[in-house]
Amino acid sequence: MTAGRSRHAQAGYELARRLGTTSRLTYGWRDSDRPASLRTHVARYGPAPAAVPGRTGWLIDVVTEAGLTGRGGAGFPSGVKMRSVARQRGPAVVVANGMESEPASDKDEALLSRAPHLVLDGVALAAAAVGADQVHLALPHDKRWLAAALRHAVTERTHARLDPVPIEVHGLPHGYVSSSESAVISWLNGGEAKPTAVPPRPFERGVDRRPTLISNVETFAHIALIARLGPRWFRRAGLPDAPGSMLTTIGGAVTAPGVHEIEAGTTIGELLELGGADRDASAVLIGGYFGTWSRIADAARLPLAKTALKRIDASPGAGVLLVLPAGTCGVIETARVLAWLASQSAGQCGPCMFGLPAIADDFAQLASCRPQGRVLDRLDRRLGVVTGRGACAHPDGTARLARSALYAFAADVHAHATGRPCLQARRARERGSSARVRMLPIPELAGTRSRP
Amino acid sequence: MNRWLRINPIACTGHGLCAEILPELIRLDEWGYPILPSSQVQEHLLPLAKRAVRLCPALALRLDREAK
Repeated sequence: MTAGRSRHAQAGYELARRLGTTSRLTYGWRDSDRPASLRTHVARYGPAPAAVPGRTGWLIDVVTEAGLTGRGGAGFPSGVKMRSVARQRGPAVVVANGMESEPASDKDEALLSRAPHLVLDGVALAAAAVGADQVHLALPHDKRWLAAALRHAVTERTHARLDPVPIEVHGLPHGYVSSSESAVISWLNGGEAKPTAVPPRPFERGVDRRPTLISNVETFAHIALIARLGPRWFRRAGLPDAPGSMLTTIGGAVTAPGVHEIEAGTTIGELLELGGADRDASAVLIGGYFGTWSRIADAARLPLAKTALKRIDASPGAGVLLVLPAGTCGVIETARVLAWLASQSAGQCGPCMFGLPAIADDFAQLASCRPQGRVLDRLDRRLGVVTGRGACAHPDGTARLARSALYAFAADVHAHATGRPCLQARRARERGSSARVRMLPIPELAGTRSRP
Repeated sequence: MNRWLRINPIACTGHGLCAEILPELIRLDEWGYPILPSSQVQEHLLPLAKRAVRLCPALALRLDREAK
């Protein structure tokens, strides 16, 4: 072994030890609330491995071996996605999706605003691996400060002559469905930021009709670390079928709300402990507003991982957990979220455009204990009817949330449906509507979340 | 030969013509948009399915050779 290689191995060993299993992406976040400069980034993680001409498939192999899955919500295997783009003819396009339109999620913003170069390293490495000559970063246009920080990071990289393909930072209109991959691609193609009919899938025909790799920004950050430390290192965290670490956003009735890096597959009970969840709370929303309400008693032992959560018809989504405060009516909270989700329909597909407001209205009747007709039968039928009938998953996700609420809050739902408020709703009424506990963040009510 | 009927939900504007031509395969939801319980078209319904595709005012229907 040459002296150079052994020094390299020593540095890798030292870095792996420092990052452990849960401070990989979040390393150094506690010491600074500013975006890490390129210099700080390189001091933390070392330089990204240089692309070797003729060995472009190398990164796809290690990402596949690592078992990395997309961190945007769908959880698709990243290696498979990269390979299907690389196999297509002609130059490809890479898009990093930082839209994060899930109101309960903060992790993409946290990552981009603390470790922009980790994301950009991953994007540049992936671009080389799939043969891309266009690279885009999609951010919500209402977070101007975030786009400015990322543009600054790109400039630092340009001065350091790091990326052969320049990374373009874009600000897109911000709505719940505008973060779906087909909406981002539609916007980059000069259209509206609305979902389009699939197929074609992005890997076949995406930006400029070219094969397009589009992934969540956190996914690219993991790629940057797998490229440095390898697949076996990545698998030291997490479960065999859910390897690595992941970012989660824990909110609601917790003492430590915010973004936490965890090992994939950590149980929901452990996460509630980590966030300091209220011991009297009894329900948790798993996966965000496309997610699933569950009794904490049913979910606590399950890992936050795709396969395990299927058992309770849930999914980690973008890693969101929201704890419903004790004494808050889950039916009322769900009705508010459903009304917002209905307002977020792109208005393109009939079943979504008309079905979601109808479902939200049924839920509003339930919440106010003024049901008209057989509201539960009607809801059951409508939830079945809208599922699977949109171009994107908006109706499916909305229906899933509504259905899970009917199940998790079954006793309260029954009380409301027969015109009697549940205990929590009655107390809220006694306190007066202005004192009603409102815990789920909804953009219009919470105001803009942008920071100076 | 097997054929599958597909709806482009963005293009569909709920005219409902398809359900009139092909009630065996298509019914309408309460808002007038088509529901296909099963998208596979049986041989004897193929002429009607082709007619529905041809007559859709929104050009939102098509027949595919693949199950997807």
